[in-house]
Amino acid sequence: MIPFCISWFIWICVQQLALYQMGLNWFEALTDSIVSNSLLIYVSMLMFTILRFYLPRTNSVLNLFMWVMILTTGWFFATDKLLDLIYGSNQHYQSIVKNTWPIRFAIGFLINGGISVIGYAYFNWQERAETEKKKTEAEQLTKEAELYKLRQQLQPHFLFNALNSINALIGSRPAEARNMVQQLSEFLRSTLKKEEQQWVKLEEEVHSLQLYLEIEKVRFGHRLSTRIEMDADALQLQIPALLLQPLVENAIKFGLYDTTGDTLISLKAINEKGELFIEVENPFDIETAAAQKGTGFGISSVQRRLYLLFERNDLLQTETKENIFITRVKVPQPYLPGALKKV
Amino acid sequence: MHYKVLIIDDEPLARSIVKECLQPYPQLQLVEECNNGFEGVKAIQQHQPDLIFLDIQMPKITGFEMLELIENPPHVIFTTAFDEYAMQAFEAHAIDYLLKPFSQQRFDKAISKWMEISKTTTAASTDQLLKEAAKHPLQQERIVVKTGTKIKIIPLHEIHYLEAADDYVKIITAEGSFLKKQTMSYFEDVLSTALFVRTHRSYMVNMQQITRIDPYEKENHVAVLKSGANIPVSRAGYPKLKMVLGL
Repeated sequence: MIPFCISWFIWICVQQLALYQMGLNWFEALTDSIVSNSLLIYVSMLMFTILRFYLPRTNSVLNLFMWVMILTTGWFFATDKLLDLIYGSNQHYQSIVKNTWPIRFAIGFLINGGISVIGYAYFNWQERAETEKKKTEAEQLTKEAELYKLRQQLQPHFLFNALNSINALIGSRPAEARNMVQQLSEFLRSTLKKEEQQWVKLEEEVHSLQLYLEIEKVRFGHRLSTRIEMDADALQLQIPALLLQPLVENAIKFGLYDTTGDTLISLKAINEKGELFIEVENPFDIETAAAQKGTGFGISSVQRRLYLLFERNDLLQTETKENIFITRVKVPQPYLPGALKKV
Repeated sequence: MHYKVLIIDDEPLARSIVKECLQPYPQLQLVEECNNGFEGVKAIQQHQPDLIFLDIQMPKITGFEMLELIENPPHVIFTTAFDEYAMQAFEAHAIDYLLKPFSQQRFDKAISKWMEISKTTTAASTDQLLKEAAKHPLQQERIVVKTGTKIKIIPLHEIHYLEAADDYVKIITAEGSFLKKQTMSYFEDVLSTALFVRTHRSYMVNMQQITRIDPYEKENHVAVLKSGANIPVSRAGYPKLKMVLGL
């Protein structure tokens, strides 16, 4: 804005000087310059405003040219009329200014045109930036919807299989069936009540993971065993709700659903100087894993969630040792009560 | 008349449900229970059952992939926790599918449907079914083949090219070549066109394996692969190849 005002001021002086050189006195030159340039500012601003709301497409640049032409003509006659009102009877003024109209018109047209081109470029750029932003936002939303959909994929499958196991147990082992119904309800409740924004104690998170694993043991007890080693002081640390669930689901998917032999899934947590370190370990089938893309959905969704929470990409690491897959997560602790809510 | 029945499912409890449902049918004789597709292939060859109850999601190879490995597969009733939408694609081609958990009534319905069908046809026409199944994202990353008694899972990206060989298709990888009883047009339908292009009546090439394309005799070309193999490109195949390469 400031450079704009300065250039206008300079331009007023230049025009004044030019008119003075042609023989007008200082006062006449100043009045003329101020009147014509003030009107020109007005017209240019009008042009700028028009461009803000109506941006011609590239193929109608002729339109823009017409607008500049019409507005410049309007400006020209308005200036002429106004100066006539002031200096209509001043013979000296009239005789000098009479011959300046072609140059005035040309300069007015150039300034107007220049400002229009700048306005056109600026608003065009702005519009493009806007569209770009909207596009990124739309992509973001699609991605989130997709993540959500993927997240839901394992659940119904797991649920129906669990119900099928209960169905089988009811006839032969009713006490176990009853136990499983209770575990399943408790697990479902624990996943339902937690909102993703919430922080919980590791103890609570591990409890629902244990329920999940117990249910899988009813289905695959003949070959699934689990080892859970949690430091007592780690259990008191905080963790974003359901952060580990996809990792354990992933461990089950590759370690249990996709192997034929005995499977050991282990969970470890330690408290190292107030930070929470968690390790999930599962075997996998080397032959079938080669055909799987990447590290599987569970890992990438957790990676993304950690990034959204902490803006860090180094909190989750994976490693393969022969046929063992290890996932390590570091969870920074929220110390301030305010930070709890924010994250 | 007795019928031989096989249950293939990786969950003991799920198998026990099918067994329970089979009790009212003394004419259906359960010959074996299998834990996975590998056991399934063996048991089918050994017993030649009339009907199998087959789970879809099982370790290493899916129920569909297991069927692909069997010549003249028996009639199949799928038992699955897959969602209904996924199963509708197969409805026309399977005898029936039972969504877990299912009732005795639903089971009875599937059995009577099978009895109707088995009166008229002896062998199940599973070709269409397997073609539908192969398009399922679960299986798009690999091809399962049988070499002697061993079952080999080939990730798609490891395949160099496919070559027609009478009733079979030869799958060439760095490890060697494997035969699969299939047609070229099947693979053309099933494999992603971004990765595989049928350059010739008898050849399909993995695009990522191509290093260059040379002219060959008049109006023909050959695609030279990283492995050094020369794959014929016919006059009809050349434009397809160019299109995928974006030339």
